[in-house]
Amino acid sequence: MAKTFKKPQALSDQPTHYCPGCTHGIIHRLVAEVIDELGIRGRTVGIAPVGCAVLAYNYFTFDFQEAAHGRAPAMATGIKRVRPDLIVFTYQGDGDLASIGMGEIIHAANRGEKFTTIFVNNTVYGMTGGQMAPTTLQGQRTTTSPAGRNVEEVGMPVKMAELLSALETPAYITRQTVLKPKYVVRAKKAIKKAFQYQMEGRCFSLVELVSTCPTNWGLTPVEAIKWAEDNMLPYFKLGEYKTPDTVEED
Amino acid sequence: MGKILMKGNEAIGEAAIRAGCLNYFAYPITPQSEVAEYLSRRMPEVGGVFLQAESEIAVANMLFGAAGCGARVFTTSSSPGISLMSEAISYISSAQCPVVFVNIVRGGPGLGGILPSQADYFQATKGGGHGDYRLLVMAPASVQEAVEMVMMAFPLAEKYRNPVMILGDGLIGQMMEPVEFPEHLRSEPSNKDDWATNGMDTRKSNKPNLVKSLFLNAELLEEHNILLKAKYDRMKQEEVRYESYNTDTDYQALIVSFGTMSRVCRTVIDNLKAQGFETAMIRPQTLFPFPQEPIKQAALKESCKVVFSIELNMGQMVEDVERSVQGKRPVHWYGKAGGDVPTPEEVIDVIKSFF
Repeated sequence: MAKTFKKPQALSDQPTHYCPGCTHGIIHRLVAEVIDELGIRGRTVGIAPVGCAVLAYNYFTFDFQEAAHGRAPAMATGIKRVRPDLIVFTYQGDGDLASIGMGEIIHAANRGEKFTTIFVNNTVYGMTGGQMAPTTLQGQRTTTSPAGRNVEEVGMPVKMAELLSALETPAYITRQTVLKPKYVVRAKKAIKKAFQYQMEGRCFSLVELVSTCPTNWGLTPVEAIKWAEDNMLPYFKLGEYKTPDTVEED
Repeated sequence: MGKILMKGNEAIGEAAIRAGCLNYFAYPITPQSEVAEYLSRRMPEVGGVFLQAESEIAVANMLFGAAGCGARVFTTSSSPGISLMSEAISYISSAQCPVVFVNIVRGGPGLGGILPSQADYFQATKGGGHGDYRLLVMAPASVQEAVEMVMMAFPLAEKYRNPVMILGDGLIGQMMEPVEFPEHLRSEPSNKDDWATNGMDTRKSNKPNLVKSLFLNAELLEEHNILLKAKYDRMKQEEVRYESYNTDTDYQALIVSFGTMSRVCRTVIDNLKAQGFETAMIRPQTLFPFPQEPIKQAALKESCKVVFSIELNMGQMVEDVERSVQGKRPVHWYGKAGGDVPTPEEVIDVIKSFF
């Protein structure tokens, strides 16, 4: 009997270190499937962030570089500028991208660097134990906001997709999620589009993915999905924020 | 190609191109912005990459990415900029990527000033960033030597898979001197297929390459640090470079000085000679590895009573000179750190005060 469902070639056999219910596994798989389908494994370079996905290179079967905290977009810029024929993507969390790496992501996006960013937003610093992130929701308790995020003190959560789509240059900015199968299908389409745009030589693309962190939220995997749907989706609205058609071309 | 008159900063930019480095990422900072200005014109002419980044932090990480995928890359900056790059320099050292950094040092600490200084000696030779790493550091004393060192830096960085730093100062960068370049561009970068993320198709391999610095396992991190140390030890064996001046006389004092300051010290030695008083100099051309043994041997000469470390800072290299001399002769420091380069007369007065 023929196998109808198998592991993508771009994923390794190694079991991941991700917690039960964490959505990194799904997102890794989507990226790997897209890379397989586009036949670009042999010319792809991934950039791992600092955060839970720092060990992503153990789970993919193509070249990888490991960035300093927040610096993945600068590293990707370096690679893409000297080797435009390579397909380059950064894989970053919200602490990495929206806090310490805010400068790097904005400038890379604004220069129209021809790489792709997979941005996993789960509202906390996962790897370091669930501290408050720039994306932590109003009133959300974390290990460094035990009374809940106080927006009087630290402002409202940062909406990266909206913020980056205010720039003129980027080609494709979208926010998706993997909380339900129907969303997973859409997220995959978005990731594939982002890589295709890169292959076409269009400038910067970013796919933000609303994700969960059951461990640091103190919830079961099922509760975490419900919490994200009820609390994150109303604030971090899904949709295509910028597509190449909305970029004016001469 | 004959000699041409060229500003130090522009000559450094041209030297990198002649060394086959066609990728330059930078951020403007005085007193070296002319390198970026020069290369913004020159790189397109040779089909190279020029990018002005949003910060020195971004520059250093762009270099990390580009070197990690196998390209020959460099940047130029000045002291505060190098401080910002130091995070990435630590990562680049650990990930063993060949990158060339040129630091046209300005006075510090903080914003300091823009005049000649050697106050980044510690930063360049003792770390700067976190962790156990070393840079191979070269210090030119003329524009011609800056050109030669930049050209040497790329093969050395590739030989050791380690960052190399050229430590100049505002005088080297801003001064015009006659320079000569080799006629032809150097050949393509060496083969980096064993480790660079140049794409599996590029190297016709099915095995991914990984450029990283994380070793969570204690034994693996220990092993990694031992491997790095072996490289630094090998540099100490193979890469020490220095110049001796007037050491074949029965000198009474030995001067250790590098870069711009060593030019003044040459005049000091010539003027004292004319007065019938012999002194000599060891000029380190590599600051790491440091010419420890040559300095020790020169200090131990019977006629030599005292050793001076003369620097454009408040006394940094003097610690390495003391380490070299090992207490066999008194070692004294003299220097200035505001941007004024001491005159030969000032240095002569200092030396004479000991006799």
